Amino acid sequence: MTVESGGATTTAPITGAPAAGTPPDRPVPDAQDQAGGLIQLLTPEGERIDHPDYPLELAAADIRDLYRDLVLVRRIDTEAISLQRQGELGIWASLLGQEAAQIGSGRALGPDDMVFPTYREHGVAWCRGIDPVKLLELYRGVSHGGWDPKEHRFHLYTIVIGSQTLHATGYAMGIQRDGALGGDQGEAVIVYFGDGATSQGDVNEAFVWASVFNAPVVFFCQNNQWAISEPLEKQSRIPLYQRARGFGFPGLRVDGNDVLACYAVTKKAMQAAREGQGPTFIEAFTYRMGAHTTTDDPTRYRLASELEMWKLKDPIERVRAYLVRTGQAEPEFFADVEAEANKVGADVREACRTMPDPPVLSIFDQVYAEPTAILRAEREQYAAYLDSFEELGGERR
Amino acid sequence: MTTLALSKALNEGLRKAMENDPKVLIMGEDVGKLGGVFRVTDGLQKDFGEDRVVDTPLAESGIVGTAIGLALRGYRPVCEIQFDGFVYPAVDQIVSQLAKMRYRSRGSISLPVVIRIPCGGGIGAVEHHSESPEVLFTHTAGLRVVACADAADAFAMIQQSISCDDPVIFFEPKRRYWDKGEVDVASGVAGALPLDRAKVALEGTEVTLLSYGPLVRTCLESALAAREGGPNQVGRSIEVIDLRSLSPLDMETIGASVRRTGRCVVAHEAPVYAGFGAEIAARVTEQYFYHLEAPVLRVGGFATPYPPSRLEEHYLPDLDRILDAVDRTLEY
Repeated sequence: MTVESGGATTTAPITGAPAAGTPPDRPVPDAQDQAGGLIQLLTPEGERIDHPDYPLELAAADIRDLYRDLVLVRRIDTEAISLQRQGELGIWASLLGQEAAQIGSGRALGPDDMVFPTYREHGVAWCRGIDPVKLLELYRGVSHGGWDPKEHRFHLYTIVIGSQTLHATGYAMGIQRDGALGGDQGEAVIVYFGDGATSQGDVNEAFVWASVFNAPVVFFCQNNQWAISEPLEKQSRIPLYQRARGFGFPGLRVDGNDVLACYAVTKKAMQAAREGQGPTFIEAFTYRMGAHTTTDDPTRYRLASELEMWKLKDPIERVRAYLVRTGQAEPEFFADVEAEANKVGADVREACRTMPDPPVLSIFDQVYAEPTAILRAEREQYAAYLDSFEELGGERR
Repeated sequence: MTTLALSKALNEGLRKAMENDPKVLIMGEDVGKLGGVFRVTDGLQKDFGEDRVVDTPLAESGIVGTAIGLALRGYRPVCEIQFDGFVYPAVDQIVSQLAKMRYRSRGSISLPVVIRIPCGGGIGAVEHHSESPEVLFTHTAGLRVVACADAADAFAMIQQSISCDDPVIFFEPKRRYWDKGEVDVASGVAGALPLDRAKVALEGTEVTLLSYGPLVRTCLESALAAREGGPNQVGRSIEVIDLRSLSPLDMETIGASVRRTGRCVVAHEAPVYAGFGAEIAARVTEQYFYHLEAPVLRVGGFATPYPPSRLEEHYLPDLDRILDAVDRTLEY
């Protein structure tokens, strides 16, 4: 087969040739400085280790609370997957494996901090006091996001990849203008996104804006290694956290399966933002244990051995091991959490199955501050149309 | 003839195009090993290599922008946008660059780029996965905009789009991906209708029903139901036209039908307000006013964002809403 190149015709194999776009001799992003650069406070074996930059003093009760959060959000997630399989949800984006990144960072936030999530931040939503059933509404197709973002200081889920990073940055610029920075009373913003999103123009523009305006925003990237079927090396040839330096603010990589480390680094970065020190990029190095969503089949593109390797780094097991080994939790505690998880799971199941569909004519609500003449006319016409079936006393054809 | 699902017909069409022209590339998110989220590119990377079936970084503007660069270099990129609602980051590259390059270069530059977009609703999806953004592109001069509705057209039209020297926005009816149809794979595009022509999908005499993409099947079902009639309903003869190409538009085929029937209904999933039906209604009225027995009626989505999926059956025109419009046009 021939390829034309610069006007000349050269012979080059096309079919099955090694890809010109992926030179094999370049390092993959996570091969280097994983050991040196990874911030960790709790090993996969449940051993507590210190980090000079992130001293953390948490009471036993606090760690038990984190454990409870982790278990409950995993249970909610598991229930949601089952509900989708049973046809109760249209789709579900599982957080399995990312519980520590979400609970650690979510619990590090102050009540006045503002959160901008993707569509997978069920653990952070939990930390912000959002009823899990509200999350199911979205995935059941009952609403586009049924919570009040202002009340919970947790914005609506954003499905388009990366858009929310700019919203978060703008919101942070508003905090600056409101004079709401400073000390423990100050406000800051955290925005969640994934490894795939780092390729989007919007995300890179958010980095530029945040840097130039020194905005009080923390970019919390859950690098779960996979953007649907594409591994990280399709998005980046350097570790993601190193990108921040090029934009002019600090970046760090934390063990995303270590709830204590995620808590500590987020706490510190948010405090720095509140004190006017500008943005931080946190790369939470974790793994998407499940499919991208319930419609995805990861066996088509990744090896089971990879999954097995990450199972050994489970975010919940290490906390349990730590609590048991150090005697900070009795067997009754674990039994209680399990019982509570069963209760939460049953409640979520029941609430989902009995969730009513929205009223039909609500389609026309809230398009504008006031309905337009066109919308009013369409609403009236459609209402009359629906009524016409009743008058006929029959089914729609 | 082979029986193929619409998605598989696209796959075969892409395969043919790649076999016939080494300049044809496929690029997009998850198009390689996964074969696309709808499996339209299934197996192509395995057979043609990673240079020709490219899993790109996750950035739609990047996909289209680099496709323009590859086209400048002599390639014929076929971009996949994963879902309709994700095309907007690429709109700058499509509208400001791709569409205008021939005009700006006074004809010295052709950009034979195809942008495949699964479109429309009806699959119970979350936000941004059910939209019908075709008029953004029909309103942009320099782009061809086509929509396939069945497997045979999918197979032929994707190949014709790839060999076309203009940029083509290629809409695929996502809820019809699994619909099966007879495809003459061996013949390729020989004998296929030209890309810019509409086709009469079902002949009729009383009303012309125009549609494209996912609603063509609904219109055919409506026409068959109307022909049957009912207990209190006489049978009606509806001519269904599958527009196939929205830009350019085959007014000749539309006109030939409307002149005979004197009645015209347009159906699409996109909002009626400022939708593609408005263009058709205006043109039919301007050109065939004295043939018309009734105003051209439109059936489509509401002037709202796409609703949560539990309400989409109301938003999407179905057999009842289409026949309601047919009944209304016959009342004049």
